[in-house]
Amino acid sequence: MVIYGVALLSFCLLSGVFLGDFLGTILGIDANVGGVGIAMLMLILLVEYLKKKDKLNNQTQEGLSFWSAMYIPIVIAMSAQQNVVAALDGGPLALTAGVAAVFISWAFVPLLSRGGNVNETLESEIPGGDQRVRNIR
Amino acid sequence: MKHLKVKSLEVTSVLEILGNALIDNGLIVAFTVVGITMFLSYFLSDKLTKGRIHGSAIAIALGLVLAYIGGVVTGGEKGLSDIGIFAGIGLMGGGMLRDFAIVATAFGANFSEIKKAGVNGVVSLFLGVILSFVVGVVIALAFGYTDAVSLTTIGAGTATYIVGPVTGTALGASSEVITLSIAAGLVKSILTMIGTPFIAKYIGLNNPRTAMVYGGLMGTTSGVAGGLAATDPKLVPYGAVTATFYTGLGCLLAPSVLFLMTKAVFG
Repeated sequence: MVIYGVALLSFCLLSGVFLGDFLGTILGIDANVGGVGIAMLMLILLVEYLKKKDKLNNQTQEGLSFWSAMYIPIVIAMSAQQNVVAALDGGPLALTAGVAAVFISWAFVPLLSRGGNVNETLESEIPGGDQRVRNIR
Repeated sequence: MKHLKVKSLEVTSVLEILGNALIDNGLIVAFTVVGITMFLSYFLSDKLTKGRIHGSAIAIALGLVLAYIGGVVTGGEKGLSDIGIFAGIGLMGGGMLRDFAIVATAFGANFSEIKKAGVNGVVSLFLGVILSFVVGVVIALAFGYTDAVSLTTIGAGTATYIVGPVTGTALGASSEVITLSIAAGLVKSILTMIGTPFIAKYIGLNNPRTAMVYGGLMGTTSGVAGGLAATDPKLVPYGAVTATFYTGLGCLLAPSVLFLMTKAVFG
């Protein structure tokens, strides 16, 4: 059922957020430390496990891939509610700092990704198991 | 009887009914608005740029334009969602659904790719936070700030617009400095969102490994994920998986180690 996929996703997010808050409390900062990242790792591991066990049918996958496909629309909604006016009013300082940080970070991307074995072929699509787990995106 | 009733309805009351219907169904309005925005964007991408600028990048830019209009019209802080009938945009693009959808993008990600980028990913995270922080401090210095608290807050904001206020609040920075730190992070996020598809081919951003390094270096989750979505949607989960740790790491480093170092240098 589609809801199984959605529930699986929800379970991962809730666990991740909980662990992130928990980590934040341990470290003494009022922040969620990597909660979404933890949730993503959980989902990847759970999907891989369920694939192996043959317990992830097509409808369950649809519950996951729907929300995955909703990602870009949600990002657009997110950008439509940013405080753009303040960012522009924030003065040349904010603009200079933001722009400089982005360009300098860009310059470092090739340096860091060069290490290791670059020439190996990377899979562009990930078909999985007998149930053909793959991303609709 | 029915005809009489319809005739007696004034235009204003019809608008009122429409307005109420839209306000009562905010999230549904948001779906419609975003759907129309995307349709327009993909149309423009196809016709004006021959697909060279990805539709989603145009859509995100259009979203920001809408946010600007909303901000100017209402004087509020939440862009388009401050306008009553568009309040649902706030729910659709809010933290809850955003995180939900980000996690969903991990579906179909390949774990062995993540392991491959492991060391580079971690290095890129630390370097990314420190690099942005130092840039922010240097620029703040150039603009006349000399106290360690303000410098650290602006440096932290240059990392992301979440780390800035967290650090500023922790250190007791002035509200003006905290706003500046948010603005710096927002500029970074927006530029990453829009600029990523253009810079991608120059920095080899076309594989999962580089995407993870990219997420770690840039850090702004929305910027990285939005930018990668416009570059190649397959890369989103790899960039997002490192980027989501960036804010946490920033919140950890900025008010502690980085502040102490800034204080040691600038008093």
